[in-house]
Amino acid sequence: MDEALFAAMLASTLRVSTPLILCSLAGLFSERSGVVDIGLEGKMLFAAFAAGAAGAAYQSTTLALLLGVLVAVVLSWMHGVACVSHKGDQVVSGVAINIIAAGMTVVLGIAWFAQGGQTPPVSPAVRIQALFPGLQEAVSSIPVVGRVVGEGLLSHNALVYLSLLLVPASWWLLFRTRFGLRLRAVGENPQMVDAAGVSVTGLRYAALTINGVLCGLAGGYLVLAQSANFSANMTAGRGFMALAALIFGRWRPVGAFWACLLFGFLDAAAIRLQGVQIRGFGEVPVQFIQALPYVLTVVLLAGFIGKAVAPQALGRPYSKER
Amino acid sequence: MNANYTLPRWADLVLLPAVCLAVALLAAAGVVALVGQEPSEVLSVLVQGAFGSQRGISYTLYYATTFIFTGLAVAVAFHGGLFNIGGEGQAILGGLGTGLVALWLSNSLPAWAMLPLMLLSGALFGAAWATVPAYLQAYRGSHVVITTIMFNFIASSLLVYLLVNVLRPAGSMSVESAAFAASAKLPGMHEALAAVGVEWDASPLNLSLVLALLASLAVYVFLWRTQAGYRLRAVGSSQSAAEYAGINVRHQIVIAMAISGALAGMVGMNEIAGVNGKLLLEFVSGAGFTGIAVALMGRNHPVGIIFASVLFGALFQGGAEVAFEVPGFSREMVVMLQGFIVLFSGAMVYVIAPMLAWVLSKVLKSGVQHG
Repeated sequence: MDEALFAAMLASTLRVSTPLILCSLAGLFSERSGVVDIGLEGKMLFAAFAAGAAGAAYQSTTLALLLGVLVAVVLSWMHGVACVSHKGDQVVSGVAINIIAAGMTVVLGIAWFAQGGQTPPVSPAVRIQALFPGLQEAVSSIPVVGRVVGEGLLSHNALVYLSLLLVPASWWLLFRTRFGLRLRAVGENPQMVDAAGVSVTGLRYAALTINGVLCGLAGGYLVLAQSANFSANMTAGRGFMALAALIFGRWRPVGAFWACLLFGFLDAAAIRLQGVQIRGFGEVPVQFIQALPYVLTVVLLAGFIGKAVAPQALGRPYSKER
Repeated sequence: MNANYTLPRWADLVLLPAVCLAVALLAAAGVVALVGQEPSEVLSVLVQGAFGSQRGISYTLYYATTFIFTGLAVAVAFHGGLFNIGGEGQAILGGLGTGLVALWLSNSLPAWAMLPLMLLSGALFGAAWATVPAYLQAYRGSHVVITTIMFNFIASSLLVYLLVNVLRPAGSMSVESAAFAASAKLPGMHEALAAVGVEWDASPLNLSLVLALLASLAVYVFLWRTQAGYRLRAVGSSQSAAEYAGINVRHQIVIAMAISGALAGMVGMNEIAGVNGKLLLEFVSGAGFTGIAVALMGRNHPVGIIFASVLFGALFQGGAEVAFEVPGFSREMVVMLQGFIVLFSGAMVYVIAPMLAWVLSKVLKSGVQHG
């Protein structure tokens, strides 16, 4: 593979993977605390809409990101009220969030902006730009690795690097702190945590809050960095792909990260291979590459390539009186 | 587990769903008001559009037909203790099964042989697509919710691939198959009614509605009037008790999902055989998820599902009319309302039920004192 192609693939893989990584980590916190999160897709979509609307209306990146995060956190708490406080079905609640987000973002978008459900594009000043444009220029002149490092690694915006940093940070929080130990314990054996005098509900709400913040960032990234405006159903299944990556990574931060990179790479490759003829083989079936992440996840879940073990108490509401 | 409230049976079956629906409608009305529309005006246009004309009623029932199939699919899986989110994918595969035999044989077979074959093929394709996740849950321990979600995406990729690369006639730009021969067309309701002397305007409503009602009856008889249905419900109520009673839980999981998938697969009869007469993209377009809302509202009972399907059919038909009549309004309002219904009659039911029980106990008590 030549250098330019390699650099471009690396760059687009990282760009496509960023929302997946953020969403996967969001799901990680929630599911490690025992709360199933099918609603990643809906939260990301609603956050993207909020960020797009706020960015267009108030011309402020900070405000746009904050509103996106706020909306996602509120949706997470709604999930919490239904499933943590009141023992509602976690899957049903997640499905509800997805459907509400798919409908309501378009309803509000048409009512407020009258552009068929889209938000007006945010101005370049509001968009999140590359973090070190100067550095990329400087490095590009180095022979052989210059292009790969420059375009592939240094051309990105702050949210890409933030998502990369959040992977070790999440690992540290979950596996090296007291809070993380308790959070994982509440996903495995909530009775024990309760007996130790720590609030099961409190821990699960904390996990859901982190989940909301991360989903909000993912949504904000879609609107403020990847494209310039919100359009109907723009998440296009990324939330579910992040969920698949989380499972593929066996509910571990680093594992989920690699899965996101793999799925991001497949996505980037699918776009690049659209309509390309390969000699002796014909056109590459792009749909096959697009379905591959889901096929791989099913194969993994079926236990044919190692075993993915979910947190023990996942999906079970905790009731004290038992 | 939740022994701190109890509702009388009538309230549990009738009042609670009605209250949940009312809360969802209120939430949607709130959003309608928020975007500067008049909720009462929207509602009246919606009801008028859904039931005000023969055409409206036809469309309402046509949408309802698809929702009955997907709603029944969710309900059967639910009675087996499984949450089938894969109705969407199973319906896609069902339509594919229906369409493939039609493309293959509709030129050589008469309608009386073709249509049952299409139904059978659609049901088998849907069942097969649901059986894989069921098998993986029963024998390999992967969760059916996750695998059916994955299978939805795989199914839609498969449909796109087949339509773009295999089934599209050479030279055609639109992503759809060739049209079936006339023998693969399920008669419209107006044609059937004309045969018995009733005049009815032409509409997409077709004989699939009868099929859906028969399927509802069959599901009722199976679940509550046969031993096999009892075994399935036993597994759904308590796997360990069923196991102890000598029921093979794994078999029941596969059976429940296969029936569920077959029901979802019958969507193809309504959309492909009844209306489009060819295979195309987006013929399911969310009906699998609407099935979840329908089953939740209909409390997983065939009678409830029929009523809930008509309600949702009316919402979709009326919503289209509203989007046409009221400026600034979109069909997505109905999608949003559907989400609220899933939220309030599914996820939040444990929030609403205790409140309702409390209110009801006050009302009943005061009634006794006065009397």
